[in-house]
Amino acid sequence: MKTANKTVTALRLVQDALAKAKALEDYHVFTFLNEENALKKARALDARIKKGEKVGRLAGVPYALKDNFMSPEGPTTASSKILESLISPITATAVAKLEAEGAIMIGRTNLDAFAHGSSTENSYFGPTKNAVDPTRVPGGSSGGSAAAVALGIVEFATGTDTGGSIRQPASFNGVYGFKPTFGTISRYGVVAMASSTDCVGFFANTPEDIDLLMTITAGRDPRDHTTLPDFYGVSPENTADVVPDQFADVTSAQPAGAVLAQSDAVTSQLGAATTAQSADIQSAGTDTSQPAGNVSSQPAEDSSSQPANSPAIPFASLALDKSKKCGIIKDFDNDAVDPEIRRALQKQCKLLRQNGVEIIELEMPMLKYALAVYYIIVPAEVASNLSRHDGIRYGYRAEDARELGEVYRLTRTAGFMPENRRRIMIGNFVLSSGFYDAYFLKAQKVRTLIIREYARAFEQCDFLLTPVAPNPPFKFGEKTADPVAMYLEDVMSVPVNLAGLPGLTIPVGTTKTGLPIGLQLVGPRRSDRELLAFAGAIATMRKDAK
Amino acid sequence: MEITKQSVEHLAELSNFRFSPAETERLRTDLQSIVTYISQLDELDTAEVEPTFQVFEMENVWRADEILPQDADREALLALAPEVREQQIKVPPVLGDGGGA
Repeated sequence: MKTANKTVTALRLVQDALAKAKALEDYHVFTFLNEENALKKARALDARIKKGEKVGRLAGVPYALKDNFMSPEGPTTASSKILESLISPITATAVAKLEAEGAIMIGRTNLDAFAHGSSTENSYFGPTKNAVDPTRVPGGSSGGSAAAVALGIVEFATGTDTGGSIRQPASFNGVYGFKPTFGTISRYGVVAMASSTDCVGFFANTPEDIDLLMTITAGRDPRDHTTLPDFYGVSPENTADVVPDQFADVTSAQPAGAVLAQSDAVTSQLGAATTAQSADIQSAGTDTSQPAGNVSSQPAEDSSSQPANSPAIPFASLALDKSKKCGIIKDFDNDAVDPEIRRALQKQCKLLRQNGVEIIELEMPMLKYALAVYYIIVPAEVASNLSRHDGIRYGYRAEDARELGEVYRLTRTAGFMPENRRRIMIGNFVLSSGFYDAYFLKAQKVRTLIIREYARAFEQCDFLLTPVAPNPPFKFGEKTADPVAMYLEDVMSVPVNLAGLPGLTIPVGTTKTGLPIGLQLVGPRRSDRELLAFAGAIATMRKDAK
Repeated sequence: MEITKQSVEHLAELSNFRFSPAETERLRTDLQSIVTYISQLDELDTAEVEPTFQVFEMENVWRADEILPQDADREALLALAPEVREQQIKVPPVLGDGGGA
């Protein structure tokens, strides 16, 4: 990524990005442009560079923030009416870490309200246009972030992925999109959707850029107890066996006592590093809540001094690791998948074989149930998480309510989009007495079967290569009339979330009519870095093949 | 599983929504097609399978029971509320039209 230095100033980088954002206004990428603050921060950073001060690894890099990450810069709306005016007093940990390295947020990007959707058509502010074909959807829910990178406005953007919300829009716009292992990046300060599958991740132009962003943002956060002990970019000798994998052995459950004892060891082992890190985050968080001009006055974190880091991956010269085996899923190779996408997958497999990588065909019959499981579990968690939005403590409140119950009902009915309401209703249906066992509990059991199927697959191969979605980007309005038709777009991305695995969209070409095609690389839990390295080698291989 | 007008009305009550008759009917159709789709799990025998409620590997995370510094103070949080009076969030009457409150 292009960082600021004495010749190319942060101000120049930020001005360029803002100018592009304005020139491409018609795409409706942003819900908010952070012009004033971004320029102030850039000037402050340039002053530090001029003085010869050490600056962070993302010094002056403009980025786009999905509008469900909280920070005091602009309202965090989640593209909804109910949060339309919410200026958050807190800063998401992921944002604080990026800003501490000198990254500068130039705008908040559009999404399906509360990240419910696969097209951004559910945004209260209207849809974003696809970067390649503006008559088509950019995918969703992180459609604005994907388009921001694909249009060249910024070099990276944040996203969240609950069932494909990073990978599918990345595929639809022809960029890389990464959803890490569940628990890798803190979700503190991110608007909650479904707590058992929500993940923070990134859009960028190369796996190498994503690796850098992961190195910066991954790690345990005392403010999010669902973050895993640090593993990304940490040397194996410092992570080995510290995290018991409850799914490593699918046949025998690990006794809870053993798990606890081991995680205590993790806490003490990583204690020092975690404390130091959280101090950094805290100061960064405090800084961003002050006037923007002060933000960069803080000394940059000296990242190179962190102990126990594994060496940087030499992405530029990465060769394909021929010992790796790549699995393809027969169950995804059917008539419901666009023939051009099937051909793109076959072509990649051929290329990998020619380069010495073994391709293994796998049967994973449980995956076809993943979508049904997903649309039970996720609405249930949505119904629970979104019950907090009631018009009392923050956000929109219906004005004509005469009593408290009416405040709730009128605020929520008007404040949520139709798809939000559908999911809340479905969630309360599958959780209600009489249906809990038949739907909610049943789905959680099938989830176990899906996880086991992945565990078996990864006994035979290192990564899975699959389509991201069954179709290339579709036209506006094409799937809005039938919610199930829209849900079917998620059929190949949701199983990855149910199992908490890392998944990466790699752009591999276009259809005959020029629409982007992406493929999805999926790995075992905590294989995130290997996955990005493998994708980097694939990119080199594709370049050489041309 | 049939979704009736009554079941939509019941779910609207549980969800704190208020819908017009036209919206109720639209939702009934939508919910019916979604419920029909998710009911395909009936095909599977899961009698012997344990459920997985979360894929986070830790069993529990402990910390000392002490108040840690927060990012936002009372004033900052109260400032977010639609209506505030005397350091309290103001809401309309809890009981009916407020006659007895």
